[in-house]
Amino acid sequence: MPAKGGDKQRQSQSGPSGGKAAPPRPAKPICKKRDEDASTDLGEGVDEWTAVKTLVKPPDQLELTEAELKEEFTRVLTANNPHAPQNIVRYSFKERAYKPIGYVDQTAIHFSLNGNLILKDSDEGRRQSVKSAVSEKPSLASSAVISEETEIKDEEGTEDTQAEGEEEAEEAGTAEEAEAAEAEEPPPPKVKEQKLANRFNFIERASKTLNNPLRERACQSEPTPCKNFSATANQWEIYDAYMEELQKMEKSKEKEKPKAQIAKKEEKKKGRKLTSLESQSDDITKISKAAKIMERMVNQNIFDDIAQDFKYFEDASDEYRDQKGTLLPLWKFQYDKTKRLAVTAISWNPKYKDLFAVGYGSYDFMKQSHGMLLLYTMKNPSFPEYVFSSESGIMCLDIHNDQPYLMAVGFYDGNVAIYNLKKATSQPSYKSSAKSGKHTDPVWQVKWQKDDMDNNLNFFSVSSDGRIVSWTLVKNELVHTDVIKLSAEGTTMQGPEGLQLQTLGCGTSFDFHKKIDYLFLVGTEEGKIYKCSKCYSSQFLDVFEAHHMAVDSVSWNPYHLKVFISCSSDWTVKIWDHTIKTPMFIYDLHSAVGDVAWSPYSSTVFAAVTTDGKAHVFDLSINKYEALCTQIVVAKKKNKITHIQFNPVYPVVIIGDERGHITCLKLSPNLRKMPKEKKGQVVKKGPEVEIAKLDKLLNLMREPEGTAGK
Amino acid sequence: MADTGEGKKEEADYKRLHSFPLIRHTDMPEEMRVEAMELCVTACEKYATNNESAAKMIKEMMDKKFGSSWHVVIGEGFGFEITHEVKNLLYMFFGGSLAVCVWKCS
Repeated sequence: MPAKGGDKQRQSQSGPSGGKAAPPRPAKPICKKRDEDASTDLGEGVDEWTAVKTLVKPPDQLELTEAELKEEFTRVLTANNPHAPQNIVRYSFKERAYKPIGYVDQTAIHFSLNGNLILKDSDEGRRQSVKSAVSEKPSLASSAVISEETEIKDEEGTEDTQAEGEEEAEEAGTAEEAEAAEAEEPPPPKVKEQKLANRFNFIERASKTLNNPLRERACQSEPTPCKNFSATANQWEIYDAYMEELQKMEKSKEKEKPKAQIAKKEEKKKGRKLTSLESQSDDITKISKAAKIMERMVNQNIFDDIAQDFKYFEDASDEYRDQKGTLLPLWKFQYDKTKRLAVTAISWNPKYKDLFAVGYGSYDFMKQSHGMLLLYTMKNPSFPEYVFSSESGIMCLDIHNDQPYLMAVGFYDGNVAIYNLKKATSQPSYKSSAKSGKHTDPVWQVKWQKDDMDNNLNFFSVSSDGRIVSWTLVKNELVHTDVIKLSAEGTTMQGPEGLQLQTLGCGTSFDFHKKIDYLFLVGTEEGKIYKCSKCYSSQFLDVFEAHHMAVDSVSWNPYHLKVFISCSSDWTVKIWDHTIKTPMFIYDLHSAVGDVAWSPYSSTVFAAVTTDGKAHVFDLSINKYEALCTQIVVAKKKNKITHIQFNPVYPVVIIGDERGHITCLKLSPNLRKMPKEKKGQVVKKGPEVEIAKLDKLLNLMREPEGTAGK
Repeated sequence: MADTGEGKKEEADYKRLHSFPLIRHTDMPEEMRVEAMELCVTACEKYATNNESAAKMIKEMMDKKFGSSWHVVIGEGFGFEITHEVKNLLYMFFGGSLAVCVWKCS
């Protein structure tokens, strides 16, 4: 506690010492009060503490009596620094001994500040004011500011000397006066400060250029995609991997081997016939059947209306047309590769009634190119079922009756060939060659014959070179036999050096009698029709002076054994009885007639096509002078009709033209009218009726002739 | 003696049968794979006794051919878990006892 008291005393000591510097304040009493305040503050804290708790005394504290406690000790305050050391010694080199230093500095400096103030009234002050005085006011202001500063410093009170303090007091007085002066002056101190800045006639003017705003652009490439992979490699894993691989390799080897072996065995088993097919089969052929069905279904959907017409449509307007009939166009068959080729032959397949073969070539001597053989079905008008191409143009074809997959074909270059639909090659199975007696001119017609005595396939061909050749297939070879040469009587020419040149008639068409096996007719380019027999190779049974121009087609009536029809480029169609040299009927169609065909369902119905693009259908039993139907089938100017064929079953015809199109047309009911059924009378049907029908007509024709003759 | 002879024969057989390179895992494109594989085979045959040299050779060649940062591990037994750039990994066995792992990661 006494230590504390000492501290207090020191505080109070320093207080008055500082206080001396500030004369306006009454120093001591305030100090005392402060002391008391401080003591009371502390004392209160102590009192509270003592009140609650008894004083804890150290056990070694002296026990003092009341008197001893009341005894006063006086202490004298001196200016000596109690902390200053009293016994400082320094080594003296002169005397070589430590010597005590008597003088010890007793001052303790708590705060010091060097002033830079000069009295305004002093000499120095006046000099400076004269030097710096540009105007009086700034100096005044500055002095005022300085005085203010001094005031503040005064209040803080330091250990300035007494004299200074007094001076400051005076200074303060002047400052007060200055302040009063300031109050009177109008500009506020802030304005003065601005002027202060310009004390040295300094003008500050700033300008700033426009700074472009900073921009940042960054671009980052995509990190390459990464993956994690982990594995363990050790001897047994490596071994296992190798063993597995080896096993795999062995297995694959084994698989290949048995496959080859099995294939070989199968081939052996199935024999020669199937090997070619087997070897050609690939993945597509496996689904070819399904694809074909799909194709036909699609076509059936596309051409649904035409199919409906084909099956059900009967032209109701025929009843009001009297006897006339019409042809209703159905499908049109065309194929990209035959656009520039003419239809030179068409033939229905005898077994599949919807299938027909079309031969393509050219009738133009100047424009001979390749040929095509297509087989279409009515079930798929958009694409041919079979396609064969040949180097030379095809001029004629015929399908075998008993083996409907065999087709005999005659070419423009004089060759004949046999195509087999069962073989997938586009080449003919058999073909004649120059050394095997081919024709030297275009082959105009081929016709299958009944198999000969050795059951060899054989067919006939006729060509412009005047030969009619029988071809027999013997051991995969075509063997030819000249049946007849069309040597016209009295046409031998006297060649140079007495050489006898025989000119031959040019055969253009022929047809074999349906019943009499040996009998056949040959039409020639000169317009004659020869009746020949297979038995006589040197002479003809008969010669008809039929036409003035080439006979394009000649055909026996399917029912009447004596009657045949011929057509020619001299615009006429003629119907003959082969026993009579003059024609029974003559029809002028006002244009070259390209083809004529008997209908399969009636002995009196036939159709002819002319080069002006018309199709004519006749029924002699209804009208023996005019056609029942004359209809333009193709565009007249650019196109010519070349051939026509009746379907053996359905009431449709197919017509081929020079541009490679095939048109299928349906005969209207008037064109296939049958004798009306009368009640209670059984209508006879069959060939006899048809023969009788035609006979009746023929008799009608003969009688007037006979009477005329008489 | 006969046993050891047979064992040797078997071993020789094994070596002969398993001498081909067997690609265990790869995601390289065909061309790169073939080239890398051939390179590995060449290196392993050249440094048949020194896997480190072989690895170094493969690494350097791969760096040259397909750009840098290739890593190669060759050994008879090791385990690994790597991060590789897609389409740049080849893990193959060779010679019946070596495992080669080549990958690129930059």
